[in-house]
Amino acid sequence: MTNETATGQIIIVGAGECGGRAAVALRERGWKGKVTVVGEETLPPYERPQLSKGFLTKKVETSTFGNADSTKFGPLEIEHLVNVKVESLDRAAHSLSLADGRHLSYDRLLLATGASARRPSIPGGEMALCLRTSADAENIRTRLHPGRKVVIIGGGLIGLEVAASATIQGCSVTLIERNDKVLSRCAPISIAGIVEARHRAEGVRFIFGTGVKSIEDRTDGLLVSTTAGLTLDADVVIAGIGALPNVALAKAAGLAVDNGISTNEFLQTSDPDIYAAGDCASTVHPLLDGVRLRLESWRSALEQGERAARNILGEDVRQGTLPWFWSDQFELCLQVVGLPQTGGTTIERWLSPDALLNFHLDGEGRLVAASAVGQLNLIAKDIRVAEMLIARRARPDPRLLAEPTYRLKTLLAA
Amino acid sequence: MIANWIDACAAGDIENEDVIRFDHEGQTFAIYRTEDDRYFATAGLCTHEAVHLSSGLVMGTIIECPKHNGRFDFTSGKAKGAPVCVDLRTFPVKVEDDRVYVQIDA
Ligand SMILES: Cc1cc2nc3c(=O)[nH]c(=O)nc-3n(C[C@H](O)[C@H](O)[C@H](O)COP(=O)(O)OP(=O)(O)OC[C@H]3O[C@@H](n4cnc5c(N)ncnc54)[C@H](O)[C@@H]3O)c2cc1C
Ligand code: FES
Repeated sequence: MTNETATGQIIIVGAGECGGRAAVALRERGWKGKVTVVGEETLPPYERPQLSKGFLTKKVETSTFGNADSTKFGPLEIEHLVNVKVESLDRAAHSLSLADGRHLSYDRLLLATGASARRPSIPGGEMALCLRTSADAENIRTRLHPGRKVVIIGGGLIGLEVAASATIQGCSVTLIERNDKVLSRCAPISIAGIVEARHRAEGVRFIFGTGVKSIEDRTDGLLVSTTAGLTLDADVVIAGIGALPNVALAKAAGLAVDNGISTNEFLQTSDPDIYAAGDCASTVHPLLDGVRLRLESWRSALEQGERAARNILGEDVRQGTLPWFWSDQFELCLQVVGLPQTGGTTIERWLSPDALLNFHLDGEGRLVAASAVGQLNLIAKDIRVAEMLIARRARPDPRLLAEPTYRLKTLLAA
Repeated sequence: MIANWIDACAAGDIENEDVIRFDHEGQTFAIYRTEDDRYFATAGLCTHEAVHLSSGLVMGTIIECPKHNGRFDFTSGKAKGAPVCVDLRTFPVKVEDDRVYVQIDA
């Protein structure tokens, strides 16, 4: 489709971070036809990252921090249908059926359906609270009072962030993790160790190497039983055991799905009129040797949304920024760029006794990822420089990387 | 309104293509030096989540927020797109006798 054709209808399913960015990007790129965003939630796009951080610790008061794009829907004449689910997709007819009985036709479609929190499939699993939406966060927040016993299932990013926030709220927190360490999916062991130690220093208890077998409702609270035979009393149980991509709509319509809606590097699905982006999409990643990845990160959601919009309008931009995420726990900041597990050698750069940056190099000495933990002002610049070096496929001198007084930015001039 | 020129730092306190934080009477600023030795000043906190921009990376005339990489042109204060949508306030700067002065309204 081209900008000049003022007719035509572009529909975006999902009014999250990704869908919102895509809608605004279409207008920024000059699209004058119709843009409709259909969202199951009742709100304009809002920022989820705060839900487990500032909102739970009461640093921010609203769970619906409208993001930069949501304020532009009105002025840019982007139609937003709220509180309505897209039930089915008829690709041959180019039409969508909504839960309220309406039908919409599209010329091009973007699926930005995101992901849903995975629920524990154990007896009583429905009593564990999950955190994905502002409503989930409001519900959890009302239960985090000083002295409350909180059991968290899962030592990934969400589990740890909630553990930190609940601790800050004065709760007594126990975290149960099936693996023998936290963050095993996304950060190297040195960083996981620093994070765990920080949590322990604040009083968080960890139970490693065991799953949760059941949750029972007792008159005086909940009883959590682990697969190792331990039992724990709890006032609140919160599960942070991952998210599942919302692919039902795509699957039923016969689109290729492979741990997310499959797209090529241009974010186009197996149907050329349909694109997918954000947490719901598994895309071929050109910077990572064409590996197929589903990223669950805020910046990827924004970037992919924007690039999908441009491609819908006839550009050919590859999605190609590196995986990047951050996390905040107590005063510790975590930032990771690239995929640390793809590196063989790790070079450590200690920026202070409790700020560590790891550079992950592959067999040829090429920088493929960097991961850091510590105060934001110590780690952020170096991570950003590392990101640019990774994108250039640079092979920096390991001795310089390890030397904290060396100004890393100098390597960019080389 | 009386405009005051405040002595903020020595010209050499900021490296080329870099930024420092400057606090004055309860306000915080970010002062920038470009590769070609021009100096600029903006409000010190990101308009997204009030993080100190001085921990961010300067590239050309762009300051990138250390927290979520929101970008601003520090010569104009313009926010360059999601996640930041509110521009930064800018302040006039002059360099005299190797000192950097920022004009702050009193
Ligand atoms: C608590 C929390 C903390 C996080 N913290 C961080 C962090 O610190 N750093 C980081 O990088 N990332 C973080 N993330 C991840 C980040 O928020 C996501 O990557 C991002 O929200 C993905 O955006 P999205 O638009 O792809 O999906 P979503 O935000 O999930 O939006 C998808 C939307 O589509 C709607 N939808 C789905 N199916 C349909 C349908 N059939 N019809 C209509 N509407 C539909 C959904 O209701 C939803 O509103 C966090 C996530 C959570 C939940
Ligand atoms: S705090 Fe600056 S971009 Fe978010």
